[in-house]
Amino acid sequence: MAWALDSDRPIYAQLVEKLQMQIVSGFYHPGDKLPSVRELAQEASVNPNTMQKAFSELEKSGLIITMRTSGRSVTEDVDMIKGIQLELAKENIKEFLENMKQLGYTEEEIVTLIKEMTKEDIKE
Amino acid sequence: MSSLVEIRELTKAYHARAVAINCLNLNIERGKIIGLLGPNGSGKTTLIKMMNGLLTPTHGQILINGYEPGIQTKAVISYLPERTYLSNNMKVYELVDLFCDFYADFSKEKAYNMLSSLNIESSARLKTLSKGTKEKVQLILVMSRSADLYILDEPIAGVDPAARDYILKTILTNYNENASILLSTHLISDIENILDEVIFLRYGQLLMHTSVDDIRENTGKSVDTYFREVFAC
Repeated sequence: MAWALDSDRPIYAQLVEKLQMQIVSGFYHPGDKLPSVRELAQEASVNPNTMQKAFSELEKSGLIITMRTSGRSVTEDVDMIKGIQLELAKENIKEFLENMKQLGYTEEEIVTLIKEMTKEDIKE
Repeated sequence: MSSLVEIRELTKAYHARAVAINCLNLNIERGKIIGLLGPNGSGKTTLIKMMNGLLTPTHGQILINGYEPGIQTKAVISYLPERTYLSNNMKVYELVDLFCDFYADFSKEKAYNMLSSLNIESSARLKTLSKGTKEKVQLILVMSRSADLYILDEPIAGVDPAARDYILKTILTNYNENASILLSTHLISDIENILDEVIFLRYGQLLMHTSVDDIRENTGKSVDTYFREVFAC
């Protein structure tokens, strides 16, 4: 199955996000070997050069590491993965807050609503 | 390494008032998948035919691997024309044999693998196949070569969306970093994820030659949306 990608944003940036997500969510564990650029490009139905660019970006950030003989793997630095997880969480919350404000909620109202809803979830 | 294709001041005038390609300069690098895009009558097919030696330029030059279109370039270009030239009376396996005789870089194994994954009977006569299946057969023949340059004129126009996905997969699987693929199409949104670069032609001239991600980055739009704006009627 091709990866679901937005049509109006750069492809490589979206590939970076997907791969970050797969690492943060534990689909790939720390130290796991990653598939080759070609394999992943075929899986995602994107150009291999674009996948290569996404890999380079992730290498720069240190999240994935290139070994000279055995391809690429996820970093074993768990703190770094945690850090990126937190960053992604903050971005999501920021976006959520903006949407809620557009709906006309204040920050306190948002917090109250979240508390109520999570309590309901616990009861269920 | 030098460019795979160099086009210098290329002009094709069918007659004085029908200039299909007008002083075009263009370089195509190795290892790229490039979309040749433009509205009807912008010169895409004329350009492709000149690259394949089917039309003679009025002026200017095309060099592929350093050679002008001829025997040396036909050996390294795998070309899918917009219309089929295969004989309707031939059976699929006979066409495979024909291609095998014609091209040293043709792989029968590749061809039969693709035919079987698309459930095409090799004993079927071409005329008994549907329009879309005929197009698939032709594309399989073209992609079974290991050429330096694949030129595909409208490769996905006549096939269903599922087969389109398979064809794009086929293109990605057969792609290697020394070869380039130039493909013309109007179905931009279907193919833009697999493209490195796009070439926009207008009135036989180069309007733009840039990467897909640059267009998205700079305009915040897909190539398809951008194309519709640039060429709005």
